[in-house]
Amino acid sequence: MVVPVSYYLALSIALFALGVIGVLVRRNVLVIMMCIEMMLNAVNLAFIGFADYFKAVDGQMFVFFVMTVAAAEVAVGLALIVAIFRNRATVYVDELNILKW
Amino acid sequence: MTLTIPTFSLESIGPWITLSVFAIAILLTDALSPKGNRTAAPVLALVGLAVAGFQTVSLWGKTGMDFARMVYVDNFSFFFYIVFILGTGLTVLLSLQYLKDYGKNLAEYYALLLFATVGMMLMASGSHLIMIFLGIEVMSIAVYVLAGLFREDARSNEAALKYLLLGAFASAFLLFGMAMLYGASGGTLFLNDLPARLAGAETFKPLTLLAVALLIVGFGFKVASVPFHMWTPDVYEGAPTSVTAFMAVGVKAAAFAAFARVFFLAFPVLQPDWQMVLWVLAVATMTLGNIVAIAQTNIKRMLAYSSIAHAGYLLVAIIAANQLGAVSLMYYLLAYTLMNLGAFGVVILVGRKKDSYLSIYDYSGLGFQHPVLAASMALFMFALAGIPPTAGFVGKFYVFSAAVQAGYIWLAIIGVMNSVVSVYYYLRITVLMYMKPAEADLGPVSFAPAVTATLALTALGVLLIGVFPGFIYDLAMNSVKVFPGLL
Repeated sequence: MVVPVSYYLALSIALFALGVIGVLVRRNVLVIMMCIEMMLNAVNLAFIGFADYFKAVDGQMFVFFVMTVAAAEVAVGLALIVAIFRNRATVYVDELNILKW
Repeated sequence: MTLTIPTFSLESIGPWITLSVFAIAILLTDALSPKGNRTAAPVLALVGLAVAGFQTVSLWGKTGMDFARMVYVDNFSFFFYIVFILGTGLTVLLSLQYLKDYGKNLAEYYALLLFATVGMMLMASGSHLIMIFLGIEVMSIAVYVLAGLFREDARSNEAALKYLLLGAFASAFLLFGMAMLYGASGGTLFLNDLPARLAGAETFKPLTLLAVALLIVGFGFKVASVPFHMWTPDVYEGAPTSVTAFMAVGVKAAAFAAFARVFFLAFPVLQPDWQMVLWVLAVATMTLGNIVAIAQTNIKRMLAYSSIAHAGYLLVAIIAANQLGAVSLMYYLLAYTLMNLGAFGVVILVGRKKDSYLSIYDYSGLGFQHPVLAASMALFMFALAGIPPTAGFVGKFYVFSAAVQAGYIWLAIIGVMNSVVSVYYYLRITVLMYMKPAEADLGPVSFAPAVTATLALTALGVLLIGVFPGFIYDLAMNSVKVFPGLL
């Protein structure tokens, strides 16, 4: 069975939109980071779908880079969250308001 | 099955290699040297930057692509390499005493600065969207860490986290735009191939427009254009001042280099569409930046809004989409690097003792107590406001002439009116320094030699390229020949 590329695209857009909504709605920093990961995975899915459809490998290559970069970003992000938790004992963005948000 | 490895010459990415090697050397020297001995790092960083600068100058004039068409080797990249190297070098000089005061003169700071510079270079010379994405992330991740350098300071933490969350959010939009572009173009991500593929794919027009819109969101965030500017004042205020200076000049210059390259090369077919969107963004960015800057009393926040306003002027140069526009972009970014680093140098000197004097009212009476410092601050403020004979004036002149040449008369008029508004808050600092008595005795300012040298260099540079812009103009004119589509 061949899955048409439009299915990949639709799923990818839906995932991306869910991620965006999550980032905007949720207040826990860890959940926000997970929603950003979801957005990046939506991107990966779109790349894989198109790469398969066009039989071009650039898209598959791109996915590896996106995953690597996402891992690096999360490493820095979690380190920052630990630093903030030590200083302020909170992980909620509402309570991080020394600087005018 | 035989695999053929494409030929490449390491020479064409020499500056990247040099900076990466020196950054790793800095980390190793720090790990292997006795504790507390941190004098080597800044020296190594400066040597690395000098070598990379020398390599860039010797590469000047080469054209073409390398590494299986992944990298552009051309004067446009080299010009920006020099801007980044200059910005990073001056930042290193600014940081030394400032970080010592905080007890944070760490080797990893200098290593991260160099890694961020490598990321910027990737952005300026990437010819494939993967390269541009990697450049953005190599730069951004290093700068996220730098913004959170004072990890015991809640403000620095908060600035870094906000920058990281919003930066990653914007990167996701940029990536989604790239994925849509990949689909619309039928499976290519090379900037050179995109125009032909997109022109032949009329059925994919909606997908292409979505891609362009998402790319504008991603780049708009990095250059701090309205409505993606919300992070700028908070991050600029919370981050260590030397890092703020670095972000204001380096990150912005790199983002504009990539922005200009992608939009000039890949989307000539869609020019009317993106010009219309950017027109609105540019006007909103200039106006909001300048008007909100008036209300600020913290000097770092004021400079943050001023940097938003400058992003608006630079967007005008991209909208013009002609040769003069590209030239003005390059000239303006060089001038902006000099004048903004100078201004932040003064902020570091005046804000001494762990940034305890950051209100603009702390500048009252500075002209009587420290005439030379006040004079240089006045010069940088004049330059940022765009008053002749400084580099800021020439930059604005080029930008607005490019807009007029491209037929955007109203955009130029709005831009000039905005410059007039900006004069108010820049001159307010000068008025405070020379016409108001000091609220309290400021006490001695410790003129660290490196910071004083930076101020002298930037002040000289701002005047020199302002009075004799011809040399830089010729270099930039020579560089923009790489964009065949521009008139």
